[in-house]
Amino acid sequence: MSEVKKIRIATCSLAGCFGCHMSLLDIDERLFDLLELVEFDRTPLTDIKHCSPCDVGIVEGGVCNAENVHVLKEFRKNCKVLVAMGACAITGGLPAMRNNIDLWDCFQEVYQYEGGLEGGQIPNDPELPLPFDKVHPIYEVVKVDYFLPGCPPSGDAIWKFLTDLLAGREPKLDYEQLHYD
Amino acid sequence: MSKTITIDGTNIPFTEGQTIMDAALAAKVYIPHLCHNPEFKPHGSCKLCTVNINGRAVSACTMPASEGTVVENKTEELNNERRAIVQMLFVEGNHLCPTCEKSGNCQLQAVAYCLDMMTPHYNHFYPPREVDASHPDVFLDRNRCILCELCVRASRDVDGKNVFGLSGRGIGSRLVVNSTSGRLGDSTFAFTDKAAQVCPTGAILIKRQGFSVPIGSRIYDHKPICQVEIEGKGGEHE
Repeated sequence: MSEVKKIRIATCSLAGCFGCHMSLLDIDERLFDLLELVEFDRTPLTDIKHCSPCDVGIVEGGVCNAENVHVLKEFRKNCKVLVAMGACAITGGLPAMRNNIDLWDCFQEVYQYEGGLEGGQIPNDPELPLPFDKVHPIYEVVKVDYFLPGCPPSGDAIWKFLTDLLAGREPKLDYEQLHYD
Repeated sequence: MSKTITIDGTNIPFTEGQTIMDAALAAKVYIPHLCHNPEFKPHGSCKLCTVNINGRAVSACTMPASEGTVVENKTEELNNERRAIVQMLFVEGNHLCPTCEKSGNCQLQAVAYCLDMMTPHYNHFYPPREVDASHPDVFLDRNRCILCELCVRASRDVDGKNVFGLSGRGIGSRLVVNSTSGRLGDSTFAFTDKAAQVCPTGAILIKRQGFSVPIGSRIYDHKPICQVEIEGKGGEHE
């Protein structure tokens, strides 16, 4: 008996809060239906560190540092279809609120001036990724095929989007599933 | 016999002096718009209400209706252009919907939903814009201002105060306040002014009211703006 080849999906969170991934889990028992159709490559769920060739890549979060760009480019290179999931991947989102604040001022506020800190130091380990002065949505760095807005998109919106995509239809959200907040 | 125009093949009656937008709204036909509010003189700046008449693109809110005019409104081509305009408005400001208390009641957002905007598409400017919290009752957040001049018109024509104006050019265009310090708190502005009620986005917000309506009960949570604008004629309250 030949087994139907499963669609291979990779996901990651760049400058995001993992809220979109939590929302993915919010599809609840439909996860079992999903797992009949797909298998996961790199995701925070499998803890696989690097993306191998996939059918679909789903990216949460914007681009705020050099590591984000490396991960994003790895996804673009390996995924036939790349999806921007959530407000941060599509607009920069909440992290982009720092875009008009000087980066050094930002660091000082967080690591030195914040109440309760004593002898606070700004982290400066060479292993830490280099932060950018501005946070950008992922489509400003690589080509993105589909967008799934929301902060986060609801479980129902993610389910509608994925089932459309997996069935070979152009993904189309219902009115109440399309929101930017 | 009353005079008529046709919009997308439907006969729409009008009276002399009405614009295409006036006639459409009276007949409960939605033409997307942001800078237009029937209570004020048309402005014709946002260009969302662009329609085709004899192959020419005109603003429905400023174009007088005339007998027999054939108007194209709901075409894929026009909606594609309208979506591009809204996308440009999004990237030219700092419209971070998850952080904005107007979200769900915002006309910019609602028009974008109506036009199936899935992404702002263009590169973001993230322009530096000033927030003015100096007024005891009202926030002025220029990050969200789309320069529609509704507050300018309301303050000038209804409140008789001339509190607001536009200044600068291009990406530097901004809303300015008529006070010696330039701060809203030092102007004659009051939260009871008409100008405090007309902002289509979250640029002018009355303080201590944020998030008073839960998600799910906001104006555009279940009904698209094309429906709200038509059904809500007369006595709508935000």
